Amino acid sequence: MKLITAIIKPFKLDDVKSALQAYGITGMTVSEASGFGRTRGHTEVYRGAEYTVDLIPKVRLEVVVDDGDAEKVIDTIVKAASTGAIGDGKVWSVPVDHIVRVRTGERGVDAI
Amino acid sequence: MHYLMGAMVSAAATSTNATNHADTAWILASSALVLLMTPGLAFFYGGMVRGKNVLGMLAQNYVTMGMVSVLWIAGVYSLAFQGSNGLIGNLTQFGLNHIWQQPAGMSLTIPPMVFVAFQLMFAIITPALITGGTADRLKFGSWVAFSSIWLVIVYAPVAHWVFSPVGWLAKKGAEDFAGGTVVHANAGAAALAVILVVGKRKGWPKERMRPHNVPFILLGAGLLWFGWFGFNAGSALSANTLSAYAFVNTNTATGAALVAWMLTEKIRDGHATTFGAASGAIAGLVAITPACGFVSPMGSIIIGFAAGIVCCLATGLKNIFKFDDALDVVGVHLVGGILGALLIGFFGTAMVNGANGVFYHGGWTLMGHQALAVAAVVVYSFVVTYVLAQIIQKTIGFRISEEDEVAGLDLSQHAETAYESANLSDGSRFLSNFTSTK
Repeated sequence: MKLITAIIKPFKLDDVKSALQAYGITGMTVSEASGFGRTRGHTEVYRGAEYTVDLIPKVRLEVVVDDGDAEKVIDTIVKAASTGAIGDGKVWSVPVDHIVRVRTGERGVDAI
Repeated sequence: MHYLMGAMVSAAATSTNATNHADTAWILASSALVLLMTPGLAFFYGGMVRGKNVLGMLAQNYVTMGMVSVLWIAGVYSLAFQGSNGLIGNLTQFGLNHIWQQPAGMSLTIPPMVFVAFQLMFAIITPALITGGTADRLKFGSWVAFSSIWLVIVYAPVAHWVFSPVGWLAKKGAEDFAGGTVVHANAGAAALAVILVVGKRKGWPKERMRPHNVPFILLGAGLLWFGWFGFNAGSALSANTLSAYAFVNTNTATGAALVAWMLTEKIRDGHATTFGAASGAIAGLVAITPACGFVSPMGSIIIGFAAGIVCCLATGLKNIFKFDDALDVVGVHLVGGILGALLIGFFGTAMVNGANGVFYHGGWTLMGHQALAVAAVVVYSFVVTYVLAQIIQKTIGFRISEEDEVAGLDLSQHAETAYESANLSDGSRFLSNFTSTK
């Protein structure tokens, strides 16, 4: 099993979610995040005083999938999240050792 | 005394001391309008501070509404508006005793009790204005003590000098229709004095302290603008042509200043901001306050436009002279109040009310009176406030501890928080991080 984590532009969340639902994934977790990559931040001005905002808002999306689905899910996310502009984000995956559905106690792939 | 001319005229037109019901209704409504300015100010300032200090700011403003409402009735009204001494009134109307008697030297067409209510609202907002300069670092209890004493030893005499017809500056011929000197220059000078006593906020100016809620600032500015019609047009103390002039001039100057501030920002910084729109509106309201019943609507455009540019640039003074005027009370209220009071010397016209200024063949006499009023009020307010703030600081302590300052006023002074993540960074945007670039 793999945990796929995607950091994407907030306004792309709906597109990515729809694409993943169309692919057939059964669940995902979404949280608000902030950070920086190559984009760095932006500048705001209040009464003439400049403020550099280093950390810009992003959405973090996490989904656990079976090993065979990982590449295709990553491709689906990348395709749906892409605008071609700087700041589109990143997607990565890591191996998952254990997973348990709390209600039933099911383990492994059955719990996804 | 000049600002009462409208009331005097209508008093003569009816009969002396006869109550005019239309005037009474307008001034009662105006009193309510002026009261609303202080909650408006609280949100205007509250939006500008960091998320951990917003309740502290609201609390300082609201407690002033409470304290002054009681003190004014108890005796401060009498100190400001009774007696025959030019420097300070007396306590003959302690507890509003004999309140059916007219204020000294006045012949109102409204019941004196209505005048008490109207002037009370001015006495509330004047000390409240100071809280913007000293934001984020005053002990709550010390603020209550300070503002109560300040009302008696600074506000009451200054209001007496200028607003009471027996006051020495009014007798000299100084014109202040609704409080450019009494309210704005006075509060601005006092704010500067307290700032110098309590010092700068921890981290200023290296650490930038971004406004936590710009929509609050705009909301507060809108409430102030609305309430200001009572403040200025109500200061005619009558529902007549003069109050209509004050109303139109107030709105016109405010509009001009809003545009001028945004234009200045656009040219200097590259963007016209919403915060700049709100700031410009307040600068215009401040500058037209002393002048609204003495100038023509065309004059009000020039005064407003000048206020928008001058006050926008004046907010940079604190960075040059290194005083932490947190929310620009000096740049907007001291500078704007002085500017408006002095511009009467140019734009005052007897066609509206009062004396002629330089541009209306009145010579420099009026300007001399205006300069005297400005100097007297600013110097008196600054010196007395500085001494009072030092006494407070050295006895009960004016400034909060460093630990409390880091925790924020909301938690340390009031055991409350406005937002769940109020202690994170600026408290409004989760994990936002700001660094200065200039």
